[in-house]
Parts: sequence; structure tokens; C-alpha cells
Amino acid sequence: MSESDLDVDRRNMEKRQRFWEFELAINFMGARRFASALSIALVVGSILLLAFRGLNFGLDFTGGTLVEVQFPESVEPQVVRAQLEAAGYENLVVQHFGTPRDLLVRVPPDLVGDEATVGDQLIRRLQETYGSDVLMRRSEFVGPAVGEELREQGGLAMLAALVLVMIYVLFRFSGKFAIGAVVALAHDVIIVMGAFSLFRWSFDLPSLAAVLAVIGYSLNDTIVISDRIRENFRRLRREGPIEVINISLNQTFGRTLVTSLTTILVLAVLFIFGGQTVEGFAEALIVGVLIGTYSSIYVAANVLVTLGISREDLVVPVKEGADQESISP
Amino acid sequence: MARQRGKAQGADAAPPGLVSLGGGRARTGAGNLNTFPMWRYMVVLVVVLLGALYASPNLFPPDYAVQLSGRGEDPRVPESVLAIAERAAADAGFEPLRSGIENNQAVIRFRDNETQIRAQDIIRQALVREGIGDDYIIALNLASTTPAWLERLGGARMNYGLDLSGGVHFLLEVDMETAVRDRLNGFEEEVRSVFRTERLRYLRPIESTLEPPELTIRFRDSADRDAGRAALQDRVREFDLSTDVVDGDPALVMRLRSDVVSEIEDYAISQNLQSLRNRVDELGVSEPLVQRMGRNRIVIDLPGIQDSSRAKDIIGRVANLEFRLVASADHPRSEVETFEYQGRDVDLQRAVIVTGDRVGNAQAGHDPETNMPQVNITLDGRGGERMHEATRHNIGRQMAILFRETLTRTHYEEVDGEMVLVQVPYEEQRLISVATIQAALGTRFRITGLSQREARDLALLLRAGALAAPMYIVEERTVGASLGEENIRAGFMSVAIGFALVLAFMMFYYRLFGLAANIALAVNLVLLIAVMSLLGATLTLPGIAGIVLTVGMAVDANVLIFSRIREELQYRSPQAAISAGFDRAFVAILDANITTLIVAVILYAIGTGPVRGFAVTLSIGICTSLFSALMVTRALVNLMYGGRNIRRLAI
Repeated sequence: MSESDLDVDRRNMEKRQRFWEFELAINFMGARRFASALSIALVVGSILLLAFRGLNFGLDFTGGTLVEVQFPESVEPQVVRAQLEAAGYENLVVQHFGTPRDLLVRVPPDLVGDEATVGDQLIRRLQETYGSDVLMRRSEFVGPAVGEELREQGGLAMLAALVLVMIYVLFRFSGKFAIGAVVALAHDVIIVMGAFSLFRWSFDLPSLAAVLAVIGYSLNDTIVISDRIRENFRRLRREGPIEVINISLNQTFGRTLVTSLTTILVLAVLFIFGGQTVEGFAEALIVGVLIGTYSSIYVAANVLVTLGISREDLVVPVKEGADQESISP
Repeated sequence: MARQRGKAQGADAAPPGLVSLGGGRARTGAGNLNTFPMWRYMVVLVVVLLGALYASPNLFPPDYAVQLSGRGEDPRVPESVLAIAERAAADAGFEPLRSGIENNQAVIRFRDNETQIRAQDIIRQALVREGIGDDYIIALNLASTTPAWLERLGGARMNYGLDLSGGVHFLLEVDMETAVRDRLNGFEEEVRSVFRTERLRYLRPIESTLEPPELTIRFRDSADRDAGRAALQDRVREFDLSTDVVDGDPALVMRLRSDVVSEIEDYAISQNLQSLRNRVDELGVSEPLVQRMGRNRIVIDLPGIQDSSRAKDIIGRVANLEFRLVASADHPRSEVETFEYQGRDVDLQRAVIVTGDRVGNAQAGHDPETNMPQVNITLDGRGGERMHEATRHNIGRQMAILFRETLTRTHYEEVDGEMVLVQVPYEEQRLISVATIQAALGTRFRITGLSQREARDLALLLRAGALAAPMYIVEERTVGASLGEENIRAGFMSVAIGFALVLAFMMFYYRLFGLAANIALAVNLVLLIAVMSLLGATLTLPGIAGIVLTVGMAVDANVLIFSRIREELQYRSPQAAISAGFDRAFVAILDANITTLIVAVILYAIGTGPVRGFAVTLSIGICTSLFSALMVTRALVNLMYGGRNIRRLAI
């Protein structure tokens, strides 16, 4: 490298020292035992929650009827509930939805009679009691069979996503990376579902979409980091696996933070301005992005270390290696 | 850690001599590194311009319109009817923005949703007063305001899903068990009639099961069984025959072939689809969706409709058919009804031979020998018996098919000084076929002497009138107009604010490079909207959430590249760092995006409605963000820095 080039480098490096940019040298893997303990605790806690408390399945999965109505002025859910119960509806859930004027009424499935008309009847009854200014905002009916089917399909979809991703990573990287990626994804999915159970968030179709999107997002992070680990294993011949992983994590840390930040930024916007319908979706994704960011740093890399990843695990295709040499110093 | 990092750099910097030799590409690069050949700039420019062109129809918000279309065979709406509608709306104080005949339909545009709904009522009243209220479908519509030249180029706005436009969604399930059982009963009757005509002996009753779909016939001895098998082999081809012993008797087991079962299911669905389409037209929806979903379900989306109970009434309505003999001249007049058929009067006997619920199948086809169009009709067992009874002594006479359907007539009544819309059901009856009986008919017969088109129409009507396999509503969602409008507002606001925040952040963090990324991000959004518009994708609220998420995640590719460039700057000249940053980040970007695409495809496969909308946006977003990061950002960076001698990067 010529003298002038080195000057440029030095100046560039000085230039880069802005107040929010600290030279990164975090010993990520130093905390790996603590991270393992934390992850295991979170996963076990989530599984226990899911097993004993379960998910608060939304209408899409349980079946039943749901009506969202807007009243001319604020109403008390208990009053409306009492009135509807007096009219013969049982096991109703009546709650505010967004504003004190909006109510959500949920009727469980297997109510006797022609279920498909329950929504219409409810609205008509409310209009009789509170006047025709009661506005139907939304009315949904899902048959129990459809709900059950969706539950099955949802579970299948998550499994399919995990398996396909594993195959792809196996093909592009190696077995240990594939295991790392899938463990990280399962970790994220279980904890996000655990959050749904803990906070009693309603789990409906958009939530399922959110969980699958979390898989996509977390995978994105994991792949980027795995990619760098693979590259560094090929370049850095002297360092041990933990050092290589640490260097890789440090090199990608800036990018990890920026992407998570912009994604959380838009999700927060969606949560605040997107309206009630996408609120659950945004909540799930915010939790998912946070967990996903953490898991790509700690879970995937941690699994690699635990599995004893070494340079020999990465079969370097001759051509790609040659290409690398010619570009990199 | 700092020590480790030092080592890392040391490892990189160790063979500097290698760089100056092997890195010849990087050295000479100061001259032409980071330049695109002209054609690549042109490709980027053309794609961006095309994207802008096809995204632009979304800038023209549609008008709230009332749309009139002819209900009968002639869909055209005359100017005079348009004038009546226009005048009625204007007289009531709802001055139309603009109106005219577009694609044979009268379209009258209004200022807002509320005016549109009230004007629809007024226009309906006016047409009813003129006595032509039932001749036209009066539907609410969102009329396009896209300039004509843009529409000619194929530009169109994205459609809004029900959660944005408001409306009713139904998911209906067709009872396939009943459909198969009915057909199985028909076949059972056919078997009996074969045995009757061939004078073969068998032990009654014939046993029929649904799971699996089988008929089991027992015989006294195996000789009878062989005779029975031989007779059935050529006559009833829908079955796989096998022999068995049941309760000690030799038996013939007839298993309905699986392709026949799926044919029955397809038929049950198509029959229900047809009659649903006929009825949905009555609801006055400009763009209804009636579509098969999966093996046994039908989706109906009715945008704009708010009254789901009326929709259910109309969807649940039944049409019927009657097969009757044409009365001979000496038939007592009291037992005769007269109908019009193709411009002449036809007298029918009042007695009904068979009704539509006996029709198992009706298909347009061709005579295998003459290749002339014909309609093949299959009746069930009881129907076949009656048909045989009625026709065998009447060969040479004519038989007619009468189609009966309940429709509603609309009129207004004054109740307490207010005009109230009243809908009175009435029955419409018309002859759809008159044909000469050429032989004694049974469960299967055909109507010949038709044109291709006549055959198809007749088969459609026969199916619509035949009793379809029963359907049940398994899912229903109604979104009120107010919620829809709110969703649109909330969705667009989220996109705008999210987009602005990301732009601001990128600008702050990456400066000049941030500007390039921001332009690429804008291009990404435009391309995403253009592709969605071109594909005719439906925009839903989760779809908008997908767009917002794409905006957040699309910067990832740029971030990957930029952070890589920053890193490379530590050991390279700015030009070489830019080049290496793009090259090195490429693999990571590709891997990350392909895996995310896998997830999006799975989402699409399992999802319905809104979730699919999300999956579609996500997948398209991944592709457009790849293009915008790898091509657009690169082009911009090359334009800014390429081929110049630079000492410092604003990154």
C-alpha cells in the first residue's frame, strides 16, 4: 500500500470517530454462559406459560361471533353485557375497543340456533335499545371447523418455514450453521408466543402472520452474521473459533443495530397510527424484532460455539476461495 | 477484545505486497472503478420511469359513483335512463361531479361516500317511478379517474380489500357428502334397472356406503354374480368392480372411482358457483368476487354492501326446474298453462314429470359420432323412473323445461310521510327448452339440435335450477364503511410517517450515502406499488402493514453495504472500499433475502384474504428492495463518486 493510501485510511478512520460511533470491541461471547442461561429460562418459561396458561386464541382460531359497534356516547361494557345476557346470550365477552364509545362483543361458538345470524341479531338488539345511531363497525363469524383447520394449518406453516429454512441454510452453509439458525428461530417463535400468553394478547390470523414475519426477520439477521462468520473463518487463520465469532459479531454489530432500529421505528409508527386492527400485529413484531436481534447475536452464535464449530466445518469451494483472495488484501 | 481486533487487522494487513500485485484491479480502479457502462444507467432509469408510470394511477383517487347496468340480456344503458338518474340526483341537491356512459354502463360520480349512498336511493326511487326500477342494477362503485391514455397502457389503481372499502365477506362450504350420496343413489337405481332389463337375479337390498363410496350387491350364487358383473361392466363405467363374499353370499363390490368422486365434487362446486353468481348480481355490487377456494369452499366478497342479512337472503335463494309435457291440441284447457318460447306460445300440461332436485348433472358436450353440440342430463334414480314412465308412451311428443326463480321487485311506499323501499319477492318462470322425445328416457338422456352457445347456456340454467349440494356459511365478516375509511387513513398515515422517519434517520446516519439510500428507498416504494398495481393485487390493511415493514427492512441491504464500506475504508482507498463494500455485501444480502422470501411464500400458501395480502406485499417488497439496493443505490453512488479521484467519503 502506498504512503498516500495509508494517509487516506488514517484520515478516514479519524473521520469516522463521531460521537455516536465508538470503536466496537465487545466481548460478546464472554457473556455466552449468562446468555445461554437467560435464553433457556425464557424458553422454558414460555413453554410453561403456553402449556398451562395457553394462548388467548382470537376469533379466527376459536370460531364464534364478534361484533364491533360504535355508540353515540360512551357506554359501560358491564351494562351492555348485562342487557345482552338478559336477552339470552351466554358467555359473552364485552370490552372497550379503542375508545369508550366503541365496544367489542364476542360470542363463543356452539350457540344454539343459526349461528351465522348471531351478529345481525346482536346489532339489531343494540339498535333497539340504544337507538339507530349505534353503528356497526365490523361483524365477524367464523365456524368452529374453520377455526380448527386454521390452528392446524398455522402450526404446519411454522414447521414448514423452519424445515425449509434449515434446508436452505444446510445447502448454503453447513450443518452446524443450519442447527444454529433453526435453534435461534425456534427460540424466537417460542418466546414471542410466550409473550402472547403472558400478556393475554389475542392470537389471531394477523398475529400468526406476525410470528412468521418474525421468523423472516430473525433469519435475516442470523444469516447476515453467519455469512460474516463463514467469511472470517476463511480469512483469519490464526484466531480460534470464539475469537472469530467475536470479531464477526463486532463487525456486524453496527448494521444489526441500525436495521433493528429502523424496523422498530416503523413498527412503533404502525402501533401508534395503524389503528386497533394492526395493533396486535405491531406488538408481536416489536417483541419479535427485539428477541430476533438478541437471538442472532447470542443464540445462533452460541450454538455454533457449543457445537464446536471449526475451520474444517466450512468446506471452501476452490473457486469462491480464489475469488476472495483476489478482491481482499 | 481490542487486542483481538488488532490481530484481525494484522492478519489482513500481513501481506501488503500481495495487494499491490494481486489488487491490480483495485489500483487501476481509481480511473474506472465504480463506473457503470451507460446501458446500466439506462436500465435503471427505464425501470424507475416505468415504475413511476404504473404507480401513478394510485395518485388519482377514485370517485364515489353510482353505476347503472342492464339486468337483462342487453347490458347497455340508454342515454335517456342516464338523464333520468342525473336529473333525479340533481333535483335532490346532489349535483353529480360528472356522469356518462362508460363501457355500456351509466356512471354518475359524486363528491363523497355519503352523497353516493343517498343518491343511490334517490336514483332507485326515480327509476321505480318510471317503471324501469327492475331493469337495471343500481350499484355503488368506486369509479376510476385515471386518465384514459394511462388506462390504455394498462395502468390501474390497486383494488382495496374489504377491510378498506367496507363490505361483506362470506365463506361457504358445500356439503360434499350429500352430493356424493345423491349420485350414489342415482347409480343404485341404474344398477337395478340394468338388472331389471337383463332379467338378472340378485339379493335385495343393495347396500350402499359413503366411506368408502361403494355399492355392494349380493347374489345367490357365483354364476349370477358373474352374469351381473358382465352386465354392469359396460353399462356403469364409473365404478371399479371387485368380487367378495358378504354374509356367506357371493357379492359384487362396486367402488366409485376417485376421479368420478372428484368430478362430482367439481360439479357440485361449479353448480353452486353458477347459481351464486346469478344471485349476487341482484345485490347491486359493481365488483363482486365469487370464487372457489380449496376442495369444497366458495368465497364471496361483496365490497360496499353493509346489510349482510339481505345478502344472506338473496344468496340462500333457490331456483327450480320443471320437466313437463307439451299439451296436445285435444288436452283439456283447464290442465294447460301457456308460456312464451322463442317468440311463440307453447301450451304445457300442468302435471310435472320431474323437478330440478332430481337433476344430478347437466353438462354441455358433443355427440361423439356427429360431433354436434348437445346437453347431457343425468337424473337420480327416482327421477329416472318417473321420466321413463312418462316418456315411453309419448315418443314423438314434445317435452319442455321450465325455469322458476324467485326474484325481488323494488318499489317505494309512503309510510308516515317517508318514502320506504319495499322489496316484494315474485316468481319468474320461463321456458328454457322445448324438444321432441325420440325414445323412452331414463336416468341419462340428452337434448340435441342446439347450437354450441345454446347448449352451454341451457346446461348453465339446468345446473342453476337443479338442487345443488347444500351449502353452509362457515365464515362471515362485515366491515362497516366508517371502519374502512378509518383503516385507509390509518394505513396511509403509517406509511407516510414511517417512511419519513426512516428517511430522516438514514440521512443523519449516512449523510451523502444516506441520500442515495433514501432515493433508492423511494424508488423501492414506487416499484412496490407499481408491481402490485400491475399484478392487480388487492390492498388490505395487513398489506399496508407489509409495506410499512418493507420500508423498515428494505434499508437493511443498504445498511449492509454502507457498514461494509465503512469497514473497508480502514484498509482501502475510498474507491476500492466502495467497490469491495458492494461486492462483499452481495452474498449476505442475497442469502438473507432468499430465506425471507421462503417464509413469505409459506405465508401466502397458508394464508387467506388479509394474510395473503401481507405475504404478497412482503414478497414483492423483497424483490424490489433487492433491485433498489443493488442497482439504484449503486448507480447513484457511482454517479456521485465513480471515476473521480476522491480522498474522503461522506458516509
